[in-house]
Amino acid sequence: MISVTGIGITKFGELWDVSPRSLARQVSNAALKDAGLVSSDIDLLIVANMLSGMLGSQEHLGALFSEELGFSNIPALKVEGACASGGLAVHAAVNNILGGQYKRVMVLGIEKMTDHKPELVSSALIGAGTNEERLTGITFPGVYALLAQAHMKKYGTTEEQMAAIAVKNHYHANLNPLAQFHSLLTVENVMKSACVADPLKLLDCSPISDGAAAVILQKTGDNEQGTEVQIIASEVATDTLGVAQRKSLTSLMATEIAAKKAYKQADVSPKDIQVAEVHDCFTIAEILAMEDLGFFEKGKAAAAIVAGKTTLGMSKNLVVNTSGGLKGCGHPVGATGVKQIVEITEQLRGSLGKRQVIDAHIGLTQNVGGSGATCVVHILKKGQ
Amino acid sequence: MVNLISYGTYIPKYRIRLADIAGVWKKNADEIIGGLKVTEKSVPGVDEDAVTVAYEAAYSSVEQSGVSLKDIGALFVGSESHPYAVNPTSTIVGEFLGLGHNYLASDMEFACKAGTAGIQVVSGLVDSGQIQYGMAIGADTAQSKPHDVLEYTSACAAVAVLLGKTKGIAELLSFTSFTSDTPDFWRRDGIRYPSHAGRFTGEPAYFAHVLGASHRLLKQTKSKPEDFDYCVFHMPNGRFPLEVAKRLGFTDQQLAASLTVSTIGNPYSASSMLGLSAVLDDAKPGSKIFMVSYGSGAGSDAFMWKTTSSLVEFQKKRKSHHQCVFQQNEKKCMIDYVDYLKKTHKI
Repeated sequence: MISVTGIGITKFGELWDVSPRSLARQVSNAALKDAGLVSSDIDLLIVANMLSGMLGSQEHLGALFSEELGFSNIPALKVEGACASGGLAVHAAVNNILGGQYKRVMVLGIEKMTDHKPELVSSALIGAGTNEERLTGITFPGVYALLAQAHMKKYGTTEEQMAAIAVKNHYHANLNPLAQFHSLLTVENVMKSACVADPLKLLDCSPISDGAAAVILQKTGDNEQGTEVQIIASEVATDTLGVAQRKSLTSLMATEIAAKKAYKQADVSPKDIQVAEVHDCFTIAEILAMEDLGFFEKGKAAAAIVAGKTTLGMSKNLVVNTSGGLKGCGHPVGATGVKQIVEITEQLRGSLGKRQVIDAHIGLTQNVGGSGATCVVHILKKGQ
Repeated sequence: MVNLISYGTYIPKYRIRLADIAGVWKKNADEIIGGLKVTEKSVPGVDEDAVTVAYEAAYSSVEQSGVSLKDIGALFVGSESHPYAVNPTSTIVGEFLGLGHNYLASDMEFACKAGTAGIQVVSGLVDSGQIQYGMAIGADTAQSKPHDVLEYTSACAAVAVLLGKTKGIAELLSFTSFTSDTPDFWRRDGIRYPSHAGRFTGEPAYFAHVLGASHRLLKQTKSKPEDFDYCVFHMPNGRFPLEVAKRLGFTDQQLAASLTVSTIGNPYSASSMLGLSAVLDDAKPGSKIFMVSYGSGAGSDAFMWKTTSSLVEFQKKRKSHHQCVFQQNEKKCMIDYVDYLKKTHKI
């Protein structure tokens, strides 16, 4: 089995006075300490990052961070899958361990975005789309606005319902000291915020953030120490790069496929999941995730979320995005998928204090790249 | 002791409403005005630049001072819109003022605090006895790219202050500075409009430096905010000075008289000096004034002034000549966005 034996995470936000190297050291040291390991115990380093080349003119991150973290001469590589880079890197780590060549793998998710001008960041992010999309001048808020409009037209989803997701995730973020935002929102706040791409408003959108997260995965036996949180499914699916070629704009097929395979691999069903971290880059994305992961019927998720069926303290079955999600906790893109694993690991350890989901035994992460061209789903369970 | 002998201000008469700028770009005017706490900004005439507005302010200052031009031994002009990259603004202004040739002239550049940097340099020359009187000017026809957030506040004004050792209208009791290499706002040579680092211009830039200089001055003078009658801060928008005053422990009442930004905007190098002028137009003798500028790049200059009995007569002269900041502010001609583009040479 594959166990998460060490975790580390920084604060997410505008970290202007911290370099990428410092962020990496912080989470690496924390994860090693958490796992009771030293740097020489790590066999393989996988770095998840999307934008270092386009924004910072720095590639070759495997060697860069291997040197920085003192992992002398071990294999080190970078995995890039847009905003799903973190989830993909964890998937690669799982498969590398299952392949038998490596026993202890560190996944480092890291992104530094706020040092760069917002228009440059937006331009770099749409690198995850198609050339045709870029030629129209569209950026990701516009792409997800199209998905939101399609969902509103087909299912009658309202702007107020989408706003309620931002309200919920800021409520959760308020309980997370490492989250970018600690302000509580109201639906009215969201509705009155500036329109970015109709119907999405500023407070429907996740922010530009800096941050890093690290996990150490190990192959463990059933009764070994460090098996308290196990990864029981790791699946990836892809879809067309742009939205124009999709059969449906009201669901992300990559999520549906990856989730179906993950449930089968883990031998669980959606109703078994008690806590989930999903990819709410925009509020509509959380509605799509809830439906595509099978938690709610198509067209029913928005009303359920408004009714508190995924809110901490209100839901008895499933709580979603206790970290605050991308909306409240922040979205340093390469780090997000790794942060999701960190959050679920802590939930299954029972170490989250005020935002702890009581008796959480099985958790899920869903990490999306682009407008749904890549989706990574992990299922974790509490071990012995 | 270095004294403020006189000051002169110039605000061009043209104004554009922020609502009109917002309307052009299909933005929510209420949201922008509410966020920036600015409703109008000043716009230079088509034939005005940093030289002409600096001259207007300097002439006003000299006219009211009673100081002989030949006794002015230094002239520094701070601006980030000097018309020439090479060819000083200060020599043109000095020539038109009639300063002769026996004076030191130099242009200053430090974003929005170039004018107050000039005050510190002149103070040093006066205090050391090198010169009898010296003038420092902050003048800008502030640049901003259409559709950039700066377009809502970048404004035009100039302020000249004349310093000397003879009795003046205020005493310069103390000053200090706080400086770092913080690239929050810049304009490279040959580039028409400045660039800025968005939200980075807030906490690590404006607030860190204004607070740094403020704390240094309070410590240096063994003062507390309640010891002052007025406070003045650089005004890139209406929100920042309110916030920094609150963090330091000043009251809204101490700040109110200096807030020229709401109807004039941010005339860059002239901003905090215009706030000081508005306070001096209104203050009673014996008033203590706490003043802090901010220039991107970055640094803040902090000053402690105390007004004298001579201020009363000086205020009367400014008022009778319709030179008070509030009078210049009221004398205005509203223009639309197209006229704004013409007057700022964008079309």
